[in-house]
Amino acid sequence: MDTIQSWINVLFRPQLLIATSILALLGFCRYRKFCTQNKFMSAAILGFPLAFFAVSALEENFWIQFKRPDNVPISFMLWFVVFFIWLAMKKGVENDDRIAEGRPVYEAEPEEEEKVFVWPDLVYTELLCVLLISIMLVAWSILIPAPLEEPANPQLTPNPSKAPWYFLGLQEILVYFDPWLAGVLIPTFIVIGLMAIPYIDPNPKGNGYYTFAERRYEIFIFLFGFVILWVLLIFQGTFLRGPNWNFYGPYEYWDVHKVVPLTNVNLSEFIWARLLGVGMPSFWLVREIFGLLLLGLYFFALPVLFAKTLWKKFYLQMGLIPYVLGSDLMLWMLLVPIKMYLRWTLNLKYFVAIPEFFFNI
Amino acid sequence: MADNTSEATVDKTVAPENPERREFLKNLPVLGIAWGAFAASVGVVLAGSLRFLFPNVLYEPPQQFKIGFPDDFQVGTVSTEFKDKFGVWVVRNDQGFYVLISVCTHLGCTPNWLSSENKFKCPCHGSGFYMTGINFEGPAPRPLERAAISLAEDGQILVDKSQKFLYERGGWDDPTSFLFFA
Repeated sequence: MDTIQSWINVLFRPQLLIATSILALLGFCRYRKFCTQNKFMSAAILGFPLAFFAVSALEENFWIQFKRPDNVPISFMLWFVVFFIWLAMKKGVENDDRIAEGRPVYEAEPEEEEKVFVWPDLVYTELLCVLLISIMLVAWSILIPAPLEEPANPQLTPNPSKAPWYFLGLQEILVYFDPWLAGVLIPTFIVIGLMAIPYIDPNPKGNGYYTFAERRYEIFIFLFGFVILWVLLIFQGTFLRGPNWNFYGPYEYWDVHKVVPLTNVNLSEFIWARLLGVGMPSFWLVREIFGLLLLGLYFFALPVLFAKTLWKKFYLQMGLIPYVLGSDLMLWMLLVPIKMYLRWTLNLKYFVAIPEFFFNI
Repeated sequence: MADNTSEATVDKTVAPENPERREFLKNLPVLGIAWGAFAASVGVVLAGSLRFLFPNVLYEPPQQFKIGFPDDFQVGTVSTEFKDKFGVWVVRNDQGFYVLISVCTHLGCTPNWLSSENKFKCPCHGSGFYMTGINFEGPAPRPLERAAISLAEDGQILVDKSQKFLYERGGWDDPTSFLFFA
């Protein structure tokens, strides 16, 4: 039992967790028909998270984190994310089959096109929902009281200090980036990027009906951003981040004195001190020239290179300005996991570190 | 052609001034009073809001304070007893004293001194600092800031938090950032 637990702890290390989650997401999209139409596979996908939480709750350390009033809704949310992605994919796969057979999509069937009245049909449903949700919330608040604490004290920072659950993804990104990037620029890009989707991608396919085959890249990119870079990071921040903001396995005791060697090194130090064996230049532009060049290549040369090779199809389809916007947003999104993995493998701190100007990437 | 030009000159002589413009000029005092009143009221509201930035009483810990005699501190230790009251750590090494301000340089949380690991560790994003204040792990981009330190006339150590010394700006070379005491 102990060995199984320690193996699961290893599997939940962020490097492995994110990699396996990306593979799982890819596999789910690739074998979508099997995952959504096969009864046993569907039951496995929807039942596994429940079974995992149910069995894990028997373990002492997992139970301590699971039963926290803050964490209860997050566990629910994780299952609902799985359920709704599965449901949307199931409907999409069914519609893709209809399209392949030349039949109209499910949403365009005559009986589906029929409209219902606001009163009584919609209002009645809404009333029932209001009643049920109210009952549920009242019961919940009685069974699991809200975790109220004493008045805040600026000198007393709880260890670990966690943001509200919906910001835990951003807090996780803050570990790898400077505050002005992870706290200002990247959230702005997320909001602006989501708003810009209809302009970058005016393809009308998939409007008003579920489909996957017609929008496979778009849906996968969105799922990557949402499931991996948002929901999974919330899960990490909730269940895997412990005292001193160290990573802990799901069955690991939150030991305040856990020692994790994390000595981080800037790219400039890697190159000047370790690779070239000379001292760090004192002038910041010379010192950070490699990082600046690398990021310059990443943000300016890669879109051009991809426009001619890998993403040629998208470039021709989208046109210049939507392509530039889309590829830039995409590169910003990919910078997050790239930076995370570089931190986890090479202990890379910043590509460009100019503390003189509070400019660090 | 000729008719048109003559008509245009006639029009100019008959109506030398634009009637709308005259109306506007007539209303100018009224408009001036209206906009003036508007600007004045907005200005008063703004000034009132700005006044909130300068409260009559400010409950802030003092920026200059005495922390006791040099002999009260053990060599090689970090004193955390002033963290709650003044927001500083006092470090005594074999050469003397320096004062680190207990604000993480990443996002401003209050780190903890872990004596067994010999480091400051921030509970928010995991930044770590050596006893000197130098950042070595986590996202903190620069070392902890030091405060001015000196000996008062009565022999106690005097700390001035209003004077901050930043390592990356060369501030730690400043003589007031370190108190030599054998």
